[in-house]
Amino acid sequence: MSRKTKLSQYDKNMIDVLAEPTREEASALLKHKTYAKEERLYEDMSELGRGRRRFMSGIAAAGAAAAAAGTLGSASAKAEKLSVPEWSKSMGRPIDPKVYGLPSKYEGHYKRNRTDVYVNKQNFSDWSMTPIQHQKGIVTPNGVIFERHHAGIADIDPDKHRLVIHGMVKRPMVYTMDALMRYPSVSRFHFLECSGNGLTDWLKPLSKTVQQTHGLLSCSQWTGIPISWLLDEVGMSKDAKWILFEGADGSGHARSIPISKAMGEGMLVFGSGGEMLRPENGYPLRAFFPGWEGNTCVKWLRRIKVSDKPWHLRSETARYTDPMPGGKWRQFSMEMECKSVIANPSGGMQLKGPGDYTIQGFAWSGRGSIKAVDVTTDGGKTWRAAEVEGPVMDKCMTQFRYNWKWDGAPTKIASRAVDSTGYVQPTVEDLKKARYIAGFVQHHNGIFPWSVSANGEVKNAIA
Amino acid sequence: MQSLKLAVIAAIAIGFGGSAQADLKPSSGFGKPITQAELSAWDIDISTSDGVGLPSGSGTVAQGAKIFAEKCATCHGEGAKGGTQFGQMFGGLDSMTTPKRKLNPSSMFPYAPILFDYTKRAMPMDAPQSLTNNEVYALSGYIYSLSGLVPKNATIDAKYLSNMKMPNRNGFISDDRPDAKAVRCLSKCN
Ligand code: HEC
Repeated sequence: MSRKTKLSQYDKNMIDVLAEPTREEASALLKHKTYAKEERLYEDMSELGRGRRRFMSGIAAAGAAAAAAGTLGSASAKAEKLSVPEWSKSMGRPIDPKVYGLPSKYEGHYKRNRTDVYVNKQNFSDWSMTPIQHQKGIVTPNGVIFERHHAGIADIDPDKHRLVIHGMVKRPMVYTMDALMRYPSVSRFHFLECSGNGLTDWLKPLSKTVQQTHGLLSCSQWTGIPISWLLDEVGMSKDAKWILFEGADGSGHARSIPISKAMGEGMLVFGSGGEMLRPENGYPLRAFFPGWEGNTCVKWLRRIKVSDKPWHLRSETARYTDPMPGGKWRQFSMEMECKSVIANPSGGMQLKGPGDYTIQGFAWSGRGSIKAVDVTTDGGKTWRAAEVEGPVMDKCMTQFRYNWKWDGAPTKIASRAVDSTGYVQPTVEDLKKARYIAGFVQHHNGIFPWSVSANGEVKNAIA
Repeated sequence: MQSLKLAVIAAIAIGFGGSAQADLKPSSGFGKPITQAELSAWDIDISTSDGVGLPSGSGTVAQGAKIFAEKCATCHGEGAKGGTQFGQMFGGLDSMTTPKRKLNPSSMFPYAPILFDYTKRAMPMDAPQSLTNNEVYALSGYIYSLSGLVPKNATIDAKYLSNMKMPNRNGFISDDRPDAKAVRCLSKCN
């Protein structure tokens, strides 16, 4: 088999979903930058025991799968005669006495990626993105929840970890993890989004995939205790107004949070998605402020200090602020506004010919729940309501679908969400009227279009 | 009657997360009292707008230059001109009204003690919290001196940093969103 037609599992999945490529299309796919990277995954997987055999049969089966899926343009494709595969004629892998199960070895493409647009000179204060184009449903698996660290991933022994609460309080306290876990826990579904999600794509398309444009977004069921319980326990002074949350990692990352948010929905989280937090997500303890930028949800939380004013630290002045007209910066803009994006099809994918496609994506709002999502398939001239799938929860990722018959003409597709406050997701043009787009622009919640070319290529079409 | 009351409470609890929490809250907590002396090693934050929390001690710009060359230049470059891991850390004081805003401690920080707070907690990146207070004062003076905010012969201490007037002092406005005004157009939208 020639190297040219060796497809990665990622490509293979796209083929399964979308169409069987011709030989030329397949090699074009491989030349695409992001795919070239994925190709290495295929190599990795062969080491895991997945031979080329699977690849070859994959290509052969792609046409059949396409026809079987019934959602593709090539209705005339003929099914192949089914044979009984090896796995039906043998026993499977034995049950391990104790094991933490992992995804199928054929799912090696489902990985977080660091940014390939804004490339940092080091990888300790950096970020990696969730592949939301592959996410099934609204819950992000723990292993691919996006990352943003300021001094790498701290490795904390939970028995030695301590949380201190002090400052303008009557009774300063220290808590062990055991103590914190004696409180009755609460669990809630919420999205988590970095204020820098979309950082690079305001004025011209730089990111290739939705993972790169919108992957600083994840959603989980978070488990912990209300911060208010502990603040009641230590007894805050009447003059208390702001609270510092500080991490135990090497960056000592810290943010000032208004008392209303901390006493309202604020949580001390130790679990996500049914298990203890992953180290990347703040093990063993993090702050969580539903609907607020990820940076406020301080990981590896070690200290809470109560005051009558904010601290104005680097991360709330020089960073995480929004450039505004007249040389100004907007500060403490912590709420993540209503936003949506089409995840399938999205940048880097390939439609095979006119026909029926399901447009699928996610919507979320830091101010409430999703009321509606509209989709345009004609570049913004007309918008129609998409099907919003329940459960539709407060400050939570919400899935939408829209059935689309593509006529084969080049077009642009996009989604627009409306939240329970009535706020309508704006275009970048709308945002530019109020904000100044320069430098480290945060809080981009603009409508995000993808272009579809006549040959079915889907690309970032912002601005 | 009692069960009806419980049902009503349960209904409210389901509707409002807050009430459910209040119902679950245990009558006593599990924290252990701690004294200021016991927690002092962790109490490193500076209230940067008034300098409260800045420790005693001092350092000169000249000392700062020397420490920077030893402990910081590997990543930040000689004279903080930009190095293997981070870009230039001075200048650009007049850049805020230009299309290329420069972000560094001198141009961005509204309060001078922010530099003390950040350096003390996070730098050097490969050995955070290893600097003495005197070293952090000296480094703060040195970094600000590169932008001309501090004279080259200055000695920096808590009072000095608290009294500095930063160029971007009035550069911030508070959150006034929602700011974008979009309408939910359905047909003939563009
Ligand atoms: C191992 C590499 C490394 C070393 C050594 C290092 N730094 Fe840094 N420094 C960084 C990185 C990377 C960042 C950006 C971190 C971020 O934004 O999360 C940074 C950020 C900073 C900033 C913030 C700049 C701004 O514009 O806001 C200051 C100030 C700083 N360093 C000072 C120092 C000082 C002083 C030393 C020496 C005592 C030092 N650094 C040593 C890597 C390093």
